[in-house]
Parts: sequence; C-alpha cells; structure tokens
Amino acid sequence: MVGTQSTDIERKIGFAIERMPAFPRSVQRVLELTRDINCRPKDLVGVIEKDPVMTMRILKVINSAYYALPTRIASVSQSVVYLGINTIKSLSLSVAAAGMLPNSNLAGFDTRRYLIHSLATAGVARQLCMSVGHEDNDAGDSYVVGLLHDFGKVVFSQSFAADFRKALALSAEEGIPLHEAERRLIGIDHAQVGAMLVAKWTFPAAIVECIRDHHTSGVASSVLRDSLLVADQICRGLTKEDIPVDWEGRSPDGTTRFGDNMASIIDKLGNLKKIIDEARDFAQVEHSK
Amino acid sequence: MKIRFWGVRGSIPSPGPKTVRYGGNTTCIEVRSDAGELIIIDAGTGIAALSQNLLAEMPVNAHVFITHTHWDHIHGLPFFLPFFVPGNKVKLYGAFDLITGQGVQQVMEVQMQYSYFPIREAELRAAIDYHTLEIGESVEFGDVLVKSTLMNHPVTDFGYRVESNGKSMFFSGDHEPWYNIYDPEDEGYAEFQEMIDLKQSVLDDFVREVDLLVIDCSYTTAEYPSKRGWGHGTFAGAMALARRVGAKKLVCTHHEPTRSDDELERVFAEALEQQPGADGGPEIVLSREGLEIEI
Repeated sequence: MVGTQSTDIERKIGFAIERMPAFPRSVQRVLELTRDINCRPKDLVGVIEKDPVMTMRILKVINSAYYALPTRIASVSQSVVYLGINTIKSLSLSVAAAGMLPNSNLAGFDTRRYLIHSLATAGVARQLCMSVGHEDNDAGDSYVVGLLHDFGKVVFSQSFAADFRKALALSAEEGIPLHEAERRLIGIDHAQVGAMLVAKWTFPAAIVECIRDHHTSGVASSVLRDSLLVADQICRGLTKEDIPVDWEGRSPDGTTRFGDNMASIIDKLGNLKKIIDEARDFAQVEHSK
Repeated sequence: MKIRFWGVRGSIPSPGPKTVRYGGNTTCIEVRSDAGELIIIDAGTGIAALSQNLLAEMPVNAHVFITHTHWDHIHGLPFFLPFFVPGNKVKLYGAFDLITGQGVQQVMEVQMQYSYFPIREAELRAAIDYHTLEIGESVEFGDVLVKSTLMNHPVTDFGYRVESNGKSMFFSGDHEPWYNIYDPEDEGYAEFQEMIDLKQSVLDDFVREVDLLVIDCSYTTAEYPSKRGWGHGTFAGAMALARRVGAKKLVCTHHEPTRSDDELERVFAEALEQQPGADGGPEIVLSREGLEIEI
C-alpha cells in the first residue's frame, strides 16, 4: 500500500462510498419510519446503528471538517445530540435513496452473512467491553468497531468485484486467511481499506487503529482491541447458516482479559443467542409487499 | 451596548389587531456597540423596518449574523435596503449546511431566484461578503467580539454571544433544550443523558453571567409535551437557565404566532408565578417590537 497505488485506491474507494446503498431492511425501515411525522427518534437511531453503511455515512458527516466539532464522534446516538434528529433523518433518507445493497454481487460476496457477522460481533464486543467495566472503556466504541471492522469487504465487493471474487476463491482453495489473499490480489486488505476510510473521515484514532490492526498480531492490547478480536472469533461461525462454531481453545492474540480460554469467555457472557437471533432477524431480506 | 428588537415573532409574521402591542414581525435584533458597530442578528421581517431606519445613516457597515436558515429568520433579507445602495458594506455570517453542502451564501441564492424575487444577488450594489462560520468560531471587528455555539433545532443553529466593552448579550436563535430520546427503561438512556448533560453544561458555561440573555420561549410548560422535537423552548426552561447561569436580564422571545397580546401576557405571568425566583435574580421581560435595552 504505497505511492500512487494507494492514492488511486483511496480515491476510488472514497468515491464509491458516496453512492453505496445500504442494507435492505434498514432502507425499508427508514422509509417507513420517516413517512410518519411523529416518528420516534430512538426508533430511527435503532435502525441506523444496525446498518454499517448508514452508520459510516453519518459518522463521516459529523466528523467532517465542515462541521469541525472539538471532539470526534463515534456513535449514532451521540450524533443526534450534535446534529439533531432532523438532520440524521435527512442523511439516512439520502442513503436510502441510493437503493438497497443487493444480496448477490459480481464478487460473489454474501452481504447478508457479512451483516449478520458484523451485527453479532458489534453486540458481543459491546457486551465484552461492559463486562470489564471501568469508565475509560467505551462500550459504544466497541460496538462501532465491531459493526465496521470488516467494512472494507463491502467496499471490495462493490468497487473491486473481480479481484475480490478471485481473493475469495484463493482464500478458499489455499486455505489462507482472506486478508492475505486480498493483499496478494488487490494489494491492500479489507482492514487497511476500512481504516483508510475512517481515518480520512477523522473518526477517533482508537477506532481507526483498531480496525486497521484487527488482523495484525502483536499489537498493544486494549479493551477495544481485545473485545473486537474475541467477539470476531466468537461470531466467525455465524457466517454459515448453522453454527459450527469453534468456541474452544485459546482466545485470539493471547488476550486473557475476558478469561483464559474461549469456552470460559462464552460461558461468562451468558446467552449469546439473543444477540445472534437479532442479527439474523435484521439481516433477513423482506420482500416488498 | 444597545439592543433593539425589530421582530419578536416565531414561525410566520402575524400582524393584526391582536398582536399590535408586541408586534407581528419575525426575528430581527439590532445590537450597537459603544463605538457604533452595527450587528444585526437574524433577518426575519423585522429587518425591513430596521433597514428603513438605516437609510438616515448611509453608508452603513453591517454585520448580519444568521442563527439558522429557517424562513422566519431569513425572509426579510431580500428587503434589506442597504444591499441596494453603493457604498454600503454588508457581511453575512452563518453556519454551513451539512445537507445541502452550502455555506451561508445560500440564504441569498435560494431566496433571490427568478421565481421568488425580481432581483438577483448579482444585481445588488453594496459590497457583500459571506463568512461561513465553523462551530464555535469567533469573529472580532472594531470593539466587538461575537462568539458562536451550536444549539438544538431541526437545522444547524448557532447561538451568538456578543461582547463589547465589558458587556455581553446572548441570543439563542431557535432552541429546544436537549432531551433524552430514550425512555428511562431503555438501554441507551443513561449514556444519552450523560451526553446531553454535558452539552447543557457547555451551553451554561457559554452564557454564564451574561448581561442580557435573549431566549426562544415559544411554549408554556403545558404546551411543550405535544411540541417536543419541534426545536423550541419554554418560558420555564429559559427562566431556569437565566437563574442558573447568573444572567442579569432575560428577554423571552420567539412568541408563538397564534398567541394574542393578552394571551401572551397571561402565559408569561403564569410562568413567572409558577417559577418564582430568589431575590437578586435576573429581571425577566417579554420581547416586543421597539423594545430597547442598554447594558
């Protein structure tokens, strides 16, 4: 990721994101909710914060230089405090106007599974963060990082479809991690692309670093990073229809913050089924009546 | 510093026999510094009468601050006569619009289009300058410092604090105190409350010990629940703010357009009765067209 290649990629990605459609359920819900003049703000926020594309777009606007807030904003509800619900509504409608992200695409990337994984990871990461307590740890940041950590994959599926298709195939054929296949074929991986976007839009630095390094080992441990890595691992199996999850073994990157091994962490977290079911339900495509 | 109110009505001009005493023009406040700098906050229909008054002192050098772009705060702007006379200088300040991607100049461009107004912005003869303010940006000219802060309204809305020669006034523009969008039993309630408490404390600090506080008091406490989210405040909220921050005087403005003079006086008296202040608290009055205050 050096020189003109990265600049080209950045330009292409930055452009693509402006027109990127959001997920079908959130587009439908935003259109439904905003037809009612008395729409409850919390209902709208509840939809937007489940959609990586809408969340990205709103955090992009609120952190933009034009708005120039003294602090960086990392949550949709915090954006409501600064932008007001009417502006949030308008922004979500403009995203909804771009249509819906199709479930199938030229890259052969399953956006529905991606959404289930992202939503579940977000929910579990938030729960992990809350389990360690302490006021310096922001559960909202853990949620956003969980929701957006794989955003680069959606960008690839939309803007680098042919190469991403090859990367998915290479990863499956050779049994190598997807991010390695992406680096080989596209020259940059989804973690770097996600980080590039959120850095460009001046998201909080901790979030940028966490997304950038989520496939890099040996990076300094933090609650934000560890909650993402562990949640990512817990929710990895969810991308399949059934749940053949490897919830055994050691936790990723040697973190013992939440427990000694995955089984004990899962045990302590309690009922994950609710988070997972909610993610599945939201990702379910509703056909218009 | 001298302050004169030229328009005090919210939402839509409301002339007629029932609003004669307080006036039917929409928001416009003239502020004069001791050294004679002219600051105009908002360009509702009140600015038309103000501009007639300015004819006697051409050439004028006006600094016009727009709190936000809703019609009732800008629709007098095309009738601001100093625009039409060479030698005048008008500087227009306001926020960036995130949705349209436009700076403050859009309040002129949008209104002065063929379909809506016979004169184009390009035909105006005064030297017009636009200054799109960033959040929290301050501007200084002559003996005046104007500070801006982000308020809560369904469009980007700035409150302005004008300081000069040791005196200060603040106008909220339209503003609804931040409220929690969650119910107490919701998971997000506590976190949201923390954020809005912080926002409120930032505003409190911004207006602390101001000599004159001019606040949007569109509703009574009883009316407010059915107007929540509309972006306006209450008499009670403004009174509590003025007392909390140690303001010397509070002017309640942005009168509800359907409220008659009698009704306005009645709800104001009721609010004062319901919110009795301690001795030594701020003087509290209603804004009316022609009201002049020297601080």
